[in-house]
Amino acid sequence: MVDDVEFTSYYGRQIVKSPVWKTPDVPLYLFLGGAAGSSSILGAIADVTGRPALTRVARLTAGGGSILSVVFLVHDLGRPERFLHMLRVIKPTSPLSVGSYILAPFSAAAGATAAVELLGWFPRLKRFGGAVAGIFGGPLATYTGVLLANTAVPSWHAVHKELPFVFASSGMAAGGGVTMAFTPVAEAGPSRKMAVTGAAIELGLMHRVEHEHGIVSEPYRIGKAGKFLNAARTCTAAGAGLTVLAGRTRLGAIASGTLLAAGSLLTRFGVFEAGLASAKDPKYTVIPQRERLAARQNGHAPSVTH
Amino acid sequence: MTSVSSASPAFTGKDPQNRLFGPLPDVTEEAGYEPDHPKRVGFFTDTSVCIGCKACEVACKEWNTLPMDDSHGTRDVIGLSGMSYDNTGQLGANSWRHVAFVEQSRVVDLPMPAVGLPGATRQDTGEPSPAGHAHQDDSLAEAQAHSVLNAEALSEFDPQTAQTGSDKQIRWLMSSDVCKHCTHAACLDVCPTGALFRTEYGTVVVQGDICNGCGYCVPACPYGVIDQRKDDGRVFKCTMCYDRLTDGLMPACATACPTQSIQFGDLDELQARADARLATLQSQGVETARLYGRDEDDGVGGAGAFFLLLDEPEVYGLPPDPVVTTRDLPAMWRAAATAAAMMVGVALSAVLGSRKR
Repeated sequence: MVDDVEFTSYYGRQIVKSPVWKTPDVPLYLFLGGAAGSSSILGAIADVTGRPALTRVARLTAGGGSILSVVFLVHDLGRPERFLHMLRVIKPTSPLSVGSYILAPFSAAAGATAAVELLGWFPRLKRFGGAVAGIFGGPLATYTGVLLANTAVPSWHAVHKELPFVFASSGMAAGGGVTMAFTPVAEAGPSRKMAVTGAAIELGLMHRVEHEHGIVSEPYRIGKAGKFLNAARTCTAAGAGLTVLAGRTRLGAIASGTLLAAGSLLTRFGVFEAGLASAKDPKYTVIPQRERLAARQNGHAPSVTH
Repeated sequence: MTSVSSASPAFTGKDPQNRLFGPLPDVTEEAGYEPDHPKRVGFFTDTSVCIGCKACEVACKEWNTLPMDDSHGTRDVIGLSGMSYDNTGQLGANSWRHVAFVEQSRVVDLPMPAVGLPGATRQDTGEPSPAGHAHQDDSLAEAQAHSVLNAEALSEFDPQTAQTGSDKQIRWLMSSDVCKHCTHAACLDVCPTGALFRTEYGTVVVQGDICNGCGYCVPACPYGVIDQRKDDGRVFKCTMCYDRLTDGLMPACATACPTQSIQFGDLDELQARADARLATLQSQGVETARLYGRDEDDGVGGAGAFFLLLDEPEVYGLPPDPVVTTRDLPAMWRAAATAAAMMVGVALSAVLGSRKR
């Protein structure tokens, strides 16, 4: 039905502007935010339940990831020296403003916690810092879904209800994978469980993203994005399977942790590229809008887009 | 004047419903200005009298000292698009007015910009423009069949009457596009630094000394208006000549327009004028005339710069039914909060479900 819609574009030119965000900066930022966020939650809970080795690995992952993600975020600005302008107002209508107020305390807490973890100072402060990072970890991993969805980019906006969950689950797969690879297998049970659960949710949701939104699902299946997401699916599924089968061996944990992290990274690149592709071709902007108009004129709710 | 507002009309406390969507009776006051603010101003661009002279583009470039760029938005001295009389191509950081040029070989139903004899035979073929994006296998053949540029048509083309031998007529559509200065402006909503703000005239302007080049506004605009200047890093767009407005002058483009295709004034007055113009055209049989951006119930709560078009919006490169992306933001934040809670739940059950050592 969608393919039959015909329209006249302006010399085939795109209507909405392509995001100016740089790759790999932004996909890497999305990945690191997810991995750091889920690790910080895991670390905070592992600390309270007395799992020192897992706590340490999770804190270092969260701290390292958060510092790196700040670097990538600042580097992506057109005027990096003005990054503090992000904090001169707070706007609930701007996911990037809200995100700045999530990232700032998270990276401060997670970074400081990782530093004292390495230095071995202030054990009580460490627990407090880890808890603060754990509180901001979830929002850090999911706000980026809102960041992409809250644009006019057709393939991002249409999946705005799925994207935060995709990024949350992908973050859990990555965070679980990374901490599993570096934690002694006897103590890495929580990592394995979180990673497998995250991977399963991610696979299910990405299937929805790739198939259930009519024409704007198409960019997720074709071209560069399609290749990324095919590879992501393979890595994530293989990583989850291997975790279940061989996650309790050192070698198996390293291999499956790496696969899961790679799968999460590829998912972010794939989602990012799909958005770029959908902005480029005017059909992804025009056809859903025409259908929406037609549905309104016929007096019933639109079926394809949201 | 009161302090400038970098907030969206919602969440300023002036609108109890925190509306992110739908009509707003007084967008300026709801953005935080005192009730004695100036009336909301706007552009009414009547494309039925546009002659495609591009005086608006030149005046805009001159007044705002915009750098030269080619039709893809990159700086280039020559920069011909090679596809039509349109060498600007699109709105962007350095092009705040863009005159679209469309050539169609189909029914001419408007007396003014038509090339052809008044009252000449009108046969609406209903075919899409050859420049279009037809999703058909035979689209190329069809395009050639209807294009005045193919050899057969050219040999039959009579420059005196601008008619081809086979009773075909062409028409030129010209339209000067500009920032819409939306009632619900996505660029303003998503700007994290407050660089974009609502002026006392109800327009939307970027403060160059605040913008840190995060680029969020660029993909947020449903019309693809605002863009980043690559070598500068910051974003730029039409200010509706904010500096001229504060001195009681008209924007440069409207001042330069020789046919009053670009009309500047109080928005309510322009809306009344546009409604009258549409009624006139329709009474003259111009059935394809329509207003674009005039409807306050549309996806952006009505535009401060609206248009009278002679064909579907997408023919001019405009989205047919733009919606401000922040309309769905509450649903997105709910999803993000639920997803974050899900992460805590999964982590908690993963830890509690694992035996210690």
